[in-house]
Amino acid sequence: MSKVLPAGTLAPSFTLRVTPDQNLSLSDLAGRSVVLAFYPADWSPVCGDQMALYNEVLPEFHKHGAEVLGISVDGAWCHEAFAKDRRLHFPLLADFHPKGAVAKQYGAYREGDGVCERALFVIDRQGVIFWSYCSPIAVNPGADGILDALEKMSKQETSDGHVTSSSHAA
Amino acid sequence: MGTLRVPVTPHDHIKGPANAPVTLVEYGDYECPGCGAAHPIVNLVLEHFGPKLRFVFRHFPLTQVHPNAEPAAESAEFAGAHDRFWEMHDGIYENQDNLSPPLLLALARALGLSELELSEALVSEKYAPKIKSDFLGGVRSGVNGTPSFFTNGYQHEGTYAFEDLVLAIERHLHAKASL
Repeated sequence: MSKVLPAGTLAPSFTLRVTPDQNLSLSDLAGRSVVLAFYPADWSPVCGDQMALYNEVLPEFHKHGAEVLGISVDGAWCHEAFAKDRRLHFPLLADFHPKGAVAKQYGAYREGDGVCERALFVIDRQGVIFWSYCSPIAVNPGADGILDALEKMSKQETSDGHVTSSSHAA
Repeated sequence: MGTLRVPVTPHDHIKGPANAPVTLVEYGDYECPGCGAAHPIVNLVLEHFGPKLRFVFRHFPLTQVHPNAEPAAESAEFAGAHDRFWEMHDGIYENQDNLSPPLLLALARALGLSELELSEALVSEKYAPKIKSDFLGGVRSGVNGTPSFFTNGYQHEGTYAFEDLVLAIERHLHAKASL
């Protein structure tokens, strides 16, 4: 299994195709938290599919002010067909050319298989990785780890906010 | 693997005695083919263990890929409000190939429940909060797809084949017996 970038690392910036004629950059989401979910391939069976699950949990992610981005080496046209078929309501990024370049930067590329790991990153508003996790390739990691991380991050931001305001008062 | 974060309470749909040494919890989706295939197996497992096992069903509909899963879950809750949850649950799985709004109404009628009342409950999403609460509890417990099982609070890592489920349940029975 790859060694994914750990918490505390600045999230590497990227610009990737998000539709056949549009790009999305991590910097477009500056000031928001981001859930970056690398996965091996579109079109895995539905009932255990990671993206289908995140689609259902999307309102919870949004409650925490987090945007969700799926990312695999599939091309933008493949993503478009997959997203339409599964009625996905969040963007899928194509780490297609040069293949897996962004996944490599995050330590989430499987050289031997030529696909992304099942690797999760929760990135805070400052663009720093708050939590990361790499699941065995065949195991859908679910959403509990992400939600736990987002909750912890919200709590820390709140307590940081208190520190700031109290220091202003002093 | 996950552990069950939401304990079983009287608000759950429970089959079997409260003092059974093992509790099997399923998170399921009425339109999921795997859940449909698991349904008769679960019944065989319940029969196999008799009073030593109780079964709890919680909803985990993937609503975007299974458009009938949410109305089916709400219909089961509607039937549950009239003490007919398991009849509706069985009816839905046994007719999964024909799952549709008319089927749900027909099942309600066959149970002597009001189709009109069910239609109104579906339109007003009366039972949606209960489904949502089941779903979110499942997500927090590590449910990543359906069907997902927990035996005495531990996520079942095997398949839903009869032998796998029996083995997992027997392990808990032996652990209790050796206490």
